[in-house]
Amino acid sequence: MIYADNAATTMMSSVALDAMINCIKNTWGNPSSLYEFGQKAAEVLAESRQIIAKCINATADEIYFTSGGSESDNQAIISAAKIGARKGKKHIISTAFEHHAVLYTLKKLEHEGFEIELLDVHENGIILPEQIKNAIRDETCLVTIMFANNEIGTIQPIEEIGKICRERKIIFHTDAVQAAGHLPIDVDAQNIDMLSMSAHKFHGAKGVGALYVRKGIKLESLIEGGAQEKGKRAGTENVPAICAMATALNDSCKNLETNSRKLLNLRGKLIEGLKKIPRSILNGDENRRLPNNVNFCFEGIEGESLLLLLDDKGICASSGSACTSGSLDPSHVLLAIGRPHEIAHGSLRLSLDENISESDVDYIIKSVAEVVEYLRGMSPLWKDKISGKKEFVLK
Amino acid sequence: MALYSEKVMDHFRHPRNVGCIENADGIGEVGNAKCGDIMKMYLKIDNDVVTDVKFETFGCGSAIASSSMATELIKGKPLNEVLKLTNKAVTEALDGLPAHKLHCSVLAEEAIQAAVKDYCEKNNREFNF
Repeated sequence: MIYADNAATTMMSSVALDAMINCIKNTWGNPSSLYEFGQKAAEVLAESRQIIAKCINATADEIYFTSGGSESDNQAIISAAKIGARKGKKHIISTAFEHHAVLYTLKKLEHEGFEIELLDVHENGIILPEQIKNAIRDETCLVTIMFANNEIGTIQPIEEIGKICRERKIIFHTDAVQAAGHLPIDVDAQNIDMLSMSAHKFHGAKGVGALYVRKGIKLESLIEGGAQEKGKRAGTENVPAICAMATALNDSCKNLETNSRKLLNLRGKLIEGLKKIPRSILNGDENRRLPNNVNFCFEGIEGESLLLLLDDKGICASSGSACTSGSLDPSHVLLAIGRPHEIAHGSLRLSLDENISESDVDYIIKSVAEVVEYLRGMSPLWKDKISGKKEFVLK
Repeated sequence: MALYSEKVMDHFRHPRNVGCIENADGIGEVGNAKCGDIMKMYLKIDNDVVTDVKFETFGCGSAIASSSMATELIKGKPLNEVLKLTNKAVTEALDGLPAHKLHCSVLAEEAIQAAVKDYCEKNNREFNF
């Protein structure tokens, strides 16, 4: 099996798994308990917090543990909105291609009277800092822009956006779920006020994440019931998963440069290979994207059949077609970068990791080309285009 | 549990009657590219009996499987029986489809209806068998 869906989830690294199992076996006490065995767990928790903080150049007391990226996004946005509302500021700036954890939370706030402004991300999938500058008003209470997009991998000008927000004293949150452990993050240098991350995207366990909150920003609690996380997130901490998250992030950050170099090479090879398929197009900027992300559209075919046939060839990938999204519309990300519905249905995302070899990439290219050709062979849409009855959309 | 039944996967992996029929007696095309599925049915009709059928489909796994199954269910059948084919029958023959994929079987039923209608129009016949 070639696992090329690392943007969906990753395999736990052996160091993270070892840390987790060790903690489950030996440090399973409740960190809120007074006796020494409980306090051992509290120590693990404190160390983990310290490690995670260091990886993003924050301090330990600015790290809150959550159940994952979605919860972190929800809590960050709702907290910033509450702060804004208290000052009568109810304007929020974001983009049209955020993760649904952000977009649906914003939608909810819109129903509560907030004004949500979603900025265009252009065909290359990258927002311009000037757009933020122009959109900011006196009533703006939050700018939330993802670090790197989860479908097309494009990296946003976080540092510049942060700088603009800092100058205007507006809270800047970034959903860094795809970026943490994959791109260098420095919350100070990059002017980030709040940042969401999820452990299973960087070889940690599922069901655990973190939210960085700059000192001085009052966090709103979404779950009541205990004093954990300074009263901002009730519930006994998932110490083993948190310990694994810290280990995984530390490991990813330590090997970030080596891994990036390897992935950039594989990514380049994969993009070159898939570009050769006629009437195909790379989604998102070719260079300013996550080192592991490749996303293409192929005209005349539908993504779900493509995935099923790739699965038969032992390749795990994903698509933004409506049939895989469970809704009638294809991926909102592909629509946001201007792909028409018809083209967006034929999308394929391949997200690599360092376990993939060059020969795996060759095999992926060969398999995708075969499957696309096969599906086009039975597609009435493709036939109409070939015969000139309908026009091609892609070159 | 897998998303699709073994029957669906079998018809998806090895679709029956794929292709087109030159000089077909009836052709039906339904769906649209925007929604992500188009189904096209070609019928050869002799003495009000479907003697041959082929399909082309742009769509997901269940769309391809539904088309394939539908062609098997109508091949060799008289038109009065062909027109009685419901999406429910296609779904049942496939050992079921996930709820959000039921429209694929509806497309198959509609594509066949459209092909028979086309045959009637070409031959100045009433759409009634």
